[in-house]
Amino acid sequence: MARLQAPGQQDTAGAYLDGYARMLLIRQFESAMHRLFLRGEVHGTTHLYAGQEAVAVGVCMALNPDDYVAGTYRGHGHALAKGTEPEPLIAEMLGRATGVCGGRAGSMNVIDLAHGLIGCYGIVGGSIAAALGASVSAKRQGRVAVCFFGDGATNQGYFHECMNMAAVQRLPLVFACENNLYAEFTPMADATAGADIAARAAAYGTPSAVVDGNDLWAVHSAAQTAVDRARSGDGPTLLECKTYRHYGHSKGDPAPYRTKEEVEQWFERDPLKLARARLLKDGLGEEQVAAAEQTTTALIDQAIENALAAPYPDPAIDAATEFSP
Amino acid sequence: MSELEFRVAIRDALAEELERDPTVLFFGEDVAVAGGVFKATPDLFERFGPDRVFDTPISELALAGAAYGAAVTGMRPVFEVMFGDFMALAMDSLVNQAAKFWYISNEQGTVPLVVRSAVGAGGRFGAIHSQTHGTWFQGVPGLKIAFPSSPAEAKGLLKASIRDDNPVVFLEHKRLYSVKGPAPTPEQEVIPLGQAGIARQGSDLTIVSVGKGVPDALAAAETLAGDGISAEVVDLRTLRPLDVHTVLGSVARTNRIVAVEEGPRTGGWAAGLLGAVAEEGLHDLDDAWILATAETPIPYSPTLEDAFLPQTEAIVDSVRSRLGVAAPS
Repeated sequence: MARLQAPGQQDTAGAYLDGYARMLLIRQFESAMHRLFLRGEVHGTTHLYAGQEAVAVGVCMALNPDDYVAGTYRGHGHALAKGTEPEPLIAEMLGRATGVCGGRAGSMNVIDLAHGLIGCYGIVGGSIAAALGASVSAKRQGRVAVCFFGDGATNQGYFHECMNMAAVQRLPLVFACENNLYAEFTPMADATAGADIAARAAAYGTPSAVVDGNDLWAVHSAAQTAVDRARSGDGPTLLECKTYRHYGHSKGDPAPYRTKEEVEQWFERDPLKLARARLLKDGLGEEQVAAAEQTTTALIDQAIENALAAPYPDPAIDAATEFSP
Repeated sequence: MSELEFRVAIRDALAEELERDPTVLFFGEDVAVAGGVFKATPDLFERFGPDRVFDTPISELALAGAAYGAAVTGMRPVFEVMFGDFMALAMDSLVNQAAKFWYISNEQGTVPLVVRSAVGAGGRFGAIHSQTHGTWFQGVPGLKIAFPSSPAEAKGLLKASIRDDNPVVFLEHKRLYSVKGPAPTPEQEVIPLGQAGIARQGSDLTIVSVGKGVPDALAAAETLAGDGISAEVVDLRTLRPLDVHTVLGSVARTNRIVAVEEGPRTGGWAAGLLGAVAEEGLHDLDDAWILATAETPIPYSPTLEDAFLPQTEAIVDSVRSRLGVAAPS
């Protein structure tokens, strides 16, 4: 499986092939979640990341393994992009004992500290607060923190309070906004004043960029600039990555509020399609790309099979304690 | 024995823990350069520098998030939310993030944070600068709630809270900041969270309280002793975990209990405590009741606020009335 590349190797074609493979991993993971939800294996609700893969992968390509990421309830992509292994992530969705959180967290609340994922947050804007705190530590540890959040979160107090504090204290924090044009079911124009979310950063003296969130190269490049700024002590940056989710807000939402034309237009710009075409244009061979795709497919198939075979946690032997000793 | 002022006890505990552990950070609104609006944290900024002790924007949402995120990534943050009432703005990070982390992460990591606040009425601060927010958080598994009653406890409980690997909501009653009392004994330097104390021994009645309610109960017990009533005073010290065991032991000796709570009885700690005492110690009980506030916001006017609070005189009157003992004429 593709690994996140060490710094210095990120501009090679190989790094982008790895990035593409990780985007494909996320896409196949989410397709599997969709199927497994319909089969009753994934419980409650789930928010699928398909369509937005270039954002998480492009941003995480600019990070070191020990940098911090806070994701959202649409967080499977954030976890996989930061390095969470697919099998324990699938097992978590299935509520199995081998899940990355032992089945205690579920789809919206994944935590994987070993890979720097401090959490995914079920309340809109929560990731911003968590990453602000991680950036307080990161500043003292030579690291960087990233929060992913949607366009809807920019109307929460968290966005404004945390951007202000990060700017004042020059904290190493990257605000990665995934503007998928809808705050849950509500179109951005009906919920969010002003044309671009990126413009909101100016009020806090914070640099920002509007980024094509479906273009892996564009996201990676903008993220690298933001991460470098953060790491060198120059404070936060806001990236507004314009993108589109392929499914509705959550499993209960068929997204009737989106027009067929709009959906088709965005599917034309599917980030996976764009990335594949770019790799070939940049000189990679069809066989190389196909080999990476096969590896990814085999990996996800095996992970699903293993996760489905894993046991559920046994309440009789669950040794949960309220407090850490 | 040397005397210690409550606010100095808070400052000393912070200073000693900042000195002891380089991952301890302290931040809040006007806590660093200004030394805190209650003058509880002077000189820490000068001594430890802006990397360890710093002022923040007036942004309780951001403060709570900053503490939570820092705590799960290697720091041991202590932050101040100036008045407990403002904790309403900080609840998401504390309730939905910090309190859940240890459990839902499957114990991948801990959340060693402390949030200190000035709480309580009696200072004519009105309805929205006088509340005691402990019970807002009491039903949240994963949070500890500490509420010292004396300078020695303030120091010992705060040091224990900072060393604790769980998120701790720390309450400082405003009317205690200027109180002086004995400095901690060596055993009191760090007071374990979750253990109540017997503040005064007695045989006729248990008065259980926390925070400023404890000195009020002790003063009431002194007056009641003049009536021939021997009151034991139990100091809960923490509201979560709640040390029901110590209360049951006291009730087994006295057979009567009154819980004195500065707050409404509906949803308060006293009702939960007496429920637990009834469940496990009914055979020891001759009487049990609660002295709490009215179910209204806290009033401003001195006459209204004084009548509202279950202070010493109200405790004495309540005990006399319940026990059928007339006040000395």
